[in-house]
Amino acid sequence: MSISQMRHAPRFASTLAKSHRMLACWLGRAYGWHMGTGQLRSVRSTAVRSSVMLHAAMAVTGLIMILFLLAHMYGNLKVFEGQQGFDGYAAYLREIGQPLLPHAGALWILRVILLASVLLHIFSAFVLWHRSRHATAGKGGWRYETTRNRRGVQRSYASFTMRWGGVVIGLFVIYHLLHLSVNAIAPGGASASPYQRMVNGFEIWWVVLSYVIALIALGFHLRHGIWSAFASLGANKSVAGRRFLNQLATIVALLILVGFLVPPLVIFAGWVS
Amino acid sequence: MNITVRIWRQHDRAAAGRMVSYGVDGISPDMSFLEMLDVLNDQLTAVGDDPVAFDHDCREGICGMCSLVINGIAHGPEALTTTCQLYMRHFNDGDTIDVEPWRSQAFPILRDLVVDRSAMDRIIQAGGYISAPTGSAPDAAATLVPKKDADRAFDAAVCIGCGACIAACPNGSGMLFTGAKANHLGVLPQGQTERHERALAMVNQHDAEGFGGCTQIGECTAVCPVGIPLDMISFLNADVLSALPRKQD
Ligand code: HEM
Ligand code: SF4
Ligand code: FES
Repeated sequence: MSISQMRHAPRFASTLAKSHRMLACWLGRAYGWHMGTGQLRSVRSTAVRSSVMLHAAMAVTGLIMILFLLAHMYGNLKVFEGQQGFDGYAAYLREIGQPLLPHAGALWILRVILLASVLLHIFSAFVLWHRSRHATAGKGGWRYETTRNRRGVQRSYASFTMRWGGVVIGLFVIYHLLHLSVNAIAPGGASASPYQRMVNGFEIWWVVLSYVIALIALGFHLRHGIWSAFASLGANKSVAGRRFLNQLATIVALLILVGFLVPPLVIFAGWVS
Repeated sequence: MNITVRIWRQHDRAAAGRMVSYGVDGISPDMSFLEMLDVLNDQLTAVGDDPVAFDHDCREGICGMCSLVINGIAHGPEALTTTCQLYMRHFNDGDTIDVEPWRSQAFPILRDLVVDRSAMDRIIQAGGYISAPTGSAPDAAATLVPKKDADRAFDAAVCIGCGACIAACPNGSGMLFTGAKANHLGVLPQGQTERHERALAMVNQHDAEGFGGCTQIGECTAVCPVGIPLDMISFLNADVLSALPRKQD
């Protein structure tokens, strides 16, 4: 007999009671009725809401966003191929899958997957943030009276800026989309050419500065996030594994940081114009 | 040695607490931290004050009863050391030392430095056992255990259940403790049968007690007096993730 059966349901529980429980569980889920944990809900439907699952969701969605970032970074580096190369790449992105898919079809599929990932990532982040605050009377690592060792024994800067750093990145992404995708804000002048939009923007110092700050925040987020994602998914299996995953996180975070910093900086320096 | 301790005093669960300063003189560097508190309590009792309540039992680092956040660090500044095994020679003459109880929403303060840690017991009750017919002890060699698994089980089983990991965690998470308690059974042949149901039941109880989620910061393993490695959490996560799609065994 398994543990959960012993705790919750004797094996001879009548089918009627079982289906009633299932119905109540389903209704509760659909309408958000509050139920004591573990009583009406089955072990599995409780575990689906567990912090472990929310972290797994953050990890998978975070890794999807990272794959996107790597592809995006590759695209940005096309700036070195000049206007034709860059705009040609932007046009090519809209042609992928044609004629099987309509114009920009693949791009829209990617956008939907990305948007779903962003939303799930942010939703889980806030639920987990709420649970941590609840567990520590809203004070997190600062819940002791003493002001000594507030930074803990070994925790990294990256690890304790995940939440506010994430918010900074979220705000930046909105600004960035308005700037370079939708071109609703156009410092330096609007243009139909993505290449021109980029060059116009990055000739202005505060635009470059805003990107640099956001990218550093992203670098920190990824430094802890990549390690954390693999560990949350069960990949940290030993002391050596912990070291390896941390090194991997540092390398990928640095790669993304440098890869994204190069285009704005070379444009600002006037090497590309 | 003459030192000053600032201690959290709180009369009972409902009362408000505050930090109170006491001077303690004539401390030998060879005294343990708890013996220093004994000296303080003698001093307080002599003048008719209430002694400071704190948890302790074995005083040799094996029972997990002692606690205390000392200068903001669970079990004090020495690595791999319980408070009862911390000696006054690790401090300097004239120091002011801040002493506080474990803090977690799931650990109500009962009095002064004593907190109620039964939330951890309930996590174990939810699944930290194996179901086996009782009777005479089976032959020790009847079930062979690979050395690697035996070592791993032992690494997990040394958890003394003190709760320092929870006290130190910025998220107030109890996943290092829960991981250790699930793993020391989950890697052994005798614990395989219930491995997945155990992981789910213990994680559910962990969350129901109001502990936070783990963001893989690692403060827990850094303060753990027996050095439970951080990968215990990842193992537990893997068990939960692989248990979910399965039907109940
Ligand atoms: C509004 C935007 C964002 C917010 C509020 C946010 C917040 C968070 C928080 C609170 C965590 C949990 C910390 C932890 O588990 O260690 C996290 C983890 C993570 N984030 Fe974000 N984030 C945001 C955007 C991003 C972006 C744009 C990416 C990737 C390109 C990303 C990648 C990751 C990864 C890989 C993790 C690790 C997941 C895990 O811990 O299992 N995040 N994020
Ligand atoms: S994991 Fe370490 S710190 Fe946590 S309860 Fe066990 S012995 Fe104490
Ligand atoms: S009193 Fe037993 S471990 Fe400290």
